[in-house]
Amino acid sequence: MTVVSTPTTPVASTEVAGAARRRTPRPQRKLLLLNIASIVGGIAIWWLLALNGFDFPTPAAVAGRAVDLARAGTLWEDVLASLGRVLAGFLLGSAVAIPVGFLMGWYAIARGLLEPWIQFFRTIPPLALLPLVLVLLGIGETPKIFVIFLASFLGCVISTYQGVVNVDRTLLNAARVLGAKDGTIFARVVVPASTPFILVGMRVGLGSSWATLVAAELLAAQRGIGHRMQSAQLFYDLPTIFVGIVLIGVLGLLMDRALLFAEGRLTGWQERR
Amino acid sequence: MTSPEGARMDAAGGTAAGDRPRISVQEVSKVFQVGAEDFVALDRVSLDIADNEFVTVVGPSGCGKSTMMNILAGLEEPTSGAALVNGQAVHGPGPERGVIFQQYALFPWLTVRQNVEFGLRTAGMGKKERRERAEHFIHLVQLDRFADALPKMLSGGMKQRCAIARAYAVDPSILLMDEPFGALDALTRVKLQEQLLETWSAEQRTVMFITHDVDEAVFLANRVIVMAARPGRIFDVIDVDLPYPRHEDVRLSPEFGALRNRVWHSVYHQDAGTSASAMPSTTTARQ
Repeated sequence: MTVVSTPTTPVASTEVAGAARRRTPRPQRKLLLLNIASIVGGIAIWWLLALNGFDFPTPAAVAGRAVDLARAGTLWEDVLASLGRVLAGFLLGSAVAIPVGFLMGWYAIARGLLEPWIQFFRTIPPLALLPLVLVLLGIGETPKIFVIFLASFLGCVISTYQGVVNVDRTLLNAARVLGAKDGTIFARVVVPASTPFILVGMRVGLGSSWATLVAAELLAAQRGIGHRMQSAQLFYDLPTIFVGIVLIGVLGLLMDRALLFAEGRLTGWQERR
Repeated sequence: MTSPEGARMDAAGGTAAGDRPRISVQEVSKVFQVGAEDFVALDRVSLDIADNEFVTVVGPSGCGKSTMMNILAGLEEPTSGAALVNGQAVHGPGPERGVIFQQYALFPWLTVRQNVEFGLRTAGMGKKERRERAEHFIHLVQLDRFADALPKMLSGGMKQRCAIARAYAVDPSILLMDEPFGALDALTRVKLQEQLLETWSAEQRTVMFITHDVDEAVFLANRVIVMAARPGRIFDVIDVDLPYPRHEDVRLSPEFGALRNRVWHSVYHQDAGTSASAMPSTTTARQ
């Protein structure tokens, strides 16, 4: 069985794809420097505007208020309340969306039965359901978590379904000719092949969960970042409103980065470009 | 005739009683619905391939060569007729038939080693044995240094070598190859052709190899099947009486040139010829 043919060492070495050595940190560092410069510049412009008659608190005032709120403990309380809601709703939404999306992609029956409902609810912003949900579920945590659940579910389910539908036929055939049956094909081909789609869906879902959360808190909550901003509005407390805005942005960004990191770990096998 | 096994051609001729062909395509038709119309991909095609024979199939696009391969692979069912492998009608894929696709079809989330082990895992082979076997075939296609690399790190030729190792690992007696070298550059292609022939003569498998490259078809085969389109059918069958092992010198020989011209003419001047009706659609009578 020693059938190694022509000594192809030269071929093997020239064949090493260039992709293997594309780890060039330079342009990335340059990009990071530009990012930092842009942020610093933006804050500087904000400061200048605030000092020149615009009705803004200065960045220093906002930072000072953030420290005050953190000392008083309300900042953490609000952040925890908001994060708790968003994570509960988002995790529940994704946990339901992924199996439903798989079902829709794999079985025509499930697709036929579920698709009209999903398409219908997709056209309604989850917040528009809040009045109804508040009436039906009361004013506790449940209605807020439910709307967030809906927002992340709708974001994730379609893209999971697309992922399953888009699995390369050749890969399915390759698995079949290698002796794989339906269960194995599902677990070892369909699931990994659609992971990139699922993660994109989760990111979309997380984004809309976060947006929905803050709006829901503005309307009906006794705690949370949205609620804090809402009550600050009553007292014309601009620094607190700014603290809220920055917090929402930073927390949203952090959660998105966390998912992006997971995506890099889970789908690094993809050929890009 | 100095083919690796003298009996091959006799078997193709269907002489020995009870010595049935390894692959037998019997009056196979395949009709696809395209809108309101029927597209006849294969029209009553019959073909026998003997044990250890290397058959190449060439033809214009739409001649049904890939459809025929998919039917033999068990990925498609014929509309009528039957495809037999070892005397058994084909229904679904089986471990005795290895398939190599033009698009490599490696699982991009698995390393070279994991790809090669895929079929062994579905067959329930133990971890240690699996690993040894994969190691052997990775070495056979000279990818030792890339055993733990993901497909995205590999060039086209390396990907196809990995796909070949993956197909060999489950030890099929039949290899069905659908334009496996179609996307590769000329140099890599020639190297892989020679490598494939060496492996084939050493391990004795029955190969059906689809290509659109006339040189490749003649260089590899015992027998070249030329197909025609609309409807998909066998147009001509050309025996290649060149001795194995075949290397560079064979390509430059006048005999090779003459055969190549003949196949070329058969593939690209099908409209002029009347051989569609003159040729028997089954090849068993030709030896």
